[in-house]
Amino acid sequence: MESKDIKRVHGIRYILRSLWSLTNRDLKKWYLAPLLLIMSLVQPLIWLGLFGKAMNLGAIFTNSSVNISGLNIPKSILDSLGNAFMMGAFGTTDYFSFLAVGMLAFIVLFTAMMSGMSIVWDRRFGFLDKLLSTPVPRGSIVVAKILNSTIRALVQAVVVLIIAILLGMSTAHLTVRGILLTFFALFLLSFGMSSLFVMLALRSKDWQTQMMIVNLLNLPLLFASNAFFPTKFMPSWLQAIASVNPVSFTINIGRYLLLDIPLSTTLINEFAFLGAFALIFSVVSIVLSWRFLRE
Amino acid sequence: MQNSVINVDGLTKKFGNFTAVDHIRFDVYEGEIFGFLGPNGAGKSTTIKMLTTLLSPSEGKAKILGHDISKEQNTVRSLIGVVPQEYTADEDLTGYDNMLLMADMYGLPRSVSKKRIADLLSMVELVQAAKRKVNTYSGGMRRRLELAMGLVNHPKLLFLDEPTLGLDVQTRSVMWKYIRSMKKQYRMTLFLTTHYLEEADSLCDRIAIIDHGKIIKIGTPDELKESLGGDFIQLSLKNGDSKVISYIKSIQGIIGVRKVGNVYKIKARKAEESAPKLISLLVRHKYEVERLSLEKPSLDEVYLDYTGRSLRDEEVSSDEAARERRTVRLSRM
Repeated sequence: MESKDIKRVHGIRYILRSLWSLTNRDLKKWYLAPLLLIMSLVQPLIWLGLFGKAMNLGAIFTNSSVNISGLNIPKSILDSLGNAFMMGAFGTTDYFSFLAVGMLAFIVLFTAMMSGMSIVWDRRFGFLDKLLSTPVPRGSIVVAKILNSTIRALVQAVVVLIIAILLGMSTAHLTVRGILLTFFALFLLSFGMSSLFVMLALRSKDWQTQMMIVNLLNLPLLFASNAFFPTKFMPSWLQAIASVNPVSFTINIGRYLLLDIPLSTTLINEFAFLGAFALIFSVVSIVLSWRFLRE
Repeated sequence: MQNSVINVDGLTKKFGNFTAVDHIRFDVYEGEIFGFLGPNGAGKSTTIKMLTTLLSPSEGKAKILGHDISKEQNTVRSLIGVVPQEYTADEDLTGYDNMLLMADMYGLPRSVSKKRIADLLSMVELVQAAKRKVNTYSGGMRRRLELAMGLVNHPKLLFLDEPTLGLDVQTRSVMWKYIRSMKKQYRMTLFLTTHYLEEADSLCDRIAIIDHGKIIKIGTPDELKESLGGDFIQLSLKNGDSKVISYIKSIQGIIGVRKVGNVYKIKARKAEESAPKLISLLVRHKYEVERLSLEKPSLDEVYLDYTGRSLRDEEVSSDEAARERRTVRLSRM
C-alpha cells in the first residue's frame, strides 16, 4: 500500500499529468469566465485601434498637403519623397503594418507579466503551501504558470493578427510558413518573459511589490525595442539596450517573415538568440523554484 | 510497544535570532489524536510546517512513518494528508475540480480518483454542492471541502492546522464529528494544532502544551487536569496592592497565587474551604472584594498554570494576522 503511493508519484507520465492539471487549473479561470475571455480579446483590439490608427506616422509624410511657398513642388514628387523617407526609416511605406507586428510582441509581453502575479496570489491564499505539501515536482508549479500565460498570450496574438489584417495590414507577403515561424518566435518570447516574471515572483509575498516590479520592467522593455520606432534613430546607449532586447528580436523576425522587411542578420541568428533567452530563463526559474518556493 | 507514527527528536527552527521551535521531542503513536495546544506564535504552525516538509528544520530530526522529513521529503509528502489553517481551495473552481486537482497531484489514476472523490464528497455531505464554485460555499462547507481534499490520497497520517478556526460553536462541533468519523473510516493517526481548549479537550487523546517554541507538558486531558492538584479561586479586588499576595499565601490550604491582569488566580486544595477564610482575611486588612469565583480545573487553567498566560494573549506577525483574518472572514460567509 505504502510503496504503491510512493511509486505513483514518479515517472514522466506523472510529471506531465500534474503539469497539465496545474496549467489547466489556471486556464479554466480564463476560458470558463466569458467576461474575462472577451475582455482579454477586446484588449488587443483597443490597443491596435489606438496605437495603430491614432499614431499614424506614415500620414505625416505621405498624406499631407505640406508645401513650401515659392517652390511649387508637385504632389506626386512630395508623395514619392515621403515614401522614400518611410522606406528609409521603417523599411516599409506602411506604418500600420509595421506597428501591427510590434503589437504582436506587445500583447505577448503584457500577458507574460501577469504570470508572476498568480504565484503571488497562490502564496497569499495558502494554495501554494497546499501544493508544496503534495509530492508534485516544484518545477511543475512554475512551468504550469509559464505555460498558462504562454497559451493565453498566443491566443491573444492570433486575435491581434486577425484584427490587424481586417484593419488593413498588408497581406502581400503573408505565407503559412511565415505565420507559423512568427508564432514560434512569439512562443519563445512569451516563454522566456513569463519565466522572468515568475522568477521575480518566487519570493514575493505581496502583490503591490510584484506590480511595481512589473511596471518597472514592462514599459522600458517595450520602448527600448523597435516595437513603435526603428532603433537606428535612438541614442547609442538606448540602441545598445534595444539590440539585446528579446522583444526586438521577435519583432525583427515577424517583420521579416510577414512584411518582408530585411533583417540585419540571418533568421537563424535571431531565432538562436530568442531560443537561448527562453531556455536560460526557464531553466533558471525552475532551478530557483527548488530553492525559493518554500518560505 | 506502540508504533510511533511521528518521531520528533530535538527539532528546532530558527529565524535569524528568533527561535520559533526550540529542541522539541515527542512521539505520536498509531491511531491516536495528538494535539498541539498553544497561543498564536507559540510555534505550532512552524512545527506543522516542518513535519509536512514546507520548512526545513535548523536542527534536529523527525521521522514520519519511518521516513526522515529532511531526506525523504517526497516519500513523506505522498504518505501524509494536510489540512491547512487557511482555506486553500481555489475559489474560482468547483469543489469537484479542486478535488480532482489534488488527486492528480498524488498521481492517482482517473478511475481511482473518481471513485474516491465521490466517496469523500458524500462523506462530508458536499455532493449537492460539488459542481458549484467554491466561492459560493459557507464557512462550514469550505472546511469540509478542505478536509476531503486532505484525504484524497488516503493518508495514514493527517495533519490538521487549526481545523475549526473562525467557525461558530455549532459548526465546530459538526466538524469534530466529521473528523472523528473520518479517522475511524480510514484508520488514521491525527496530528492537530489548536488554540481552542474545548477542541483539544474533546478531540484529543493526548495533548502537548507548547509555548515560546518549547513543549511544556504532554499528557491526556485528564492527566493534565489532575496534575494541577487542586481547584481555582479567581479573585478581583477594588484596592489591591503588592502585599495582598503574601497575605493570601499565608492562608492554610492555599497552594499558590498568581496575578493575571487584575485578577488573582489562586490555587487551593479545596476551594470551598479556603474561600471563606480568604474573604475574612481580606476584609480584616481593609481590602474590598469586587468579585470571587470558584472553579474546578479545566484545560484553560491547566494552560494558564503551565504557560503563565492566557490563550487570549496573542503575539502574531502581521502576515499571519492577515491570513487569519481572511480565514475568519471567509468562515463567516
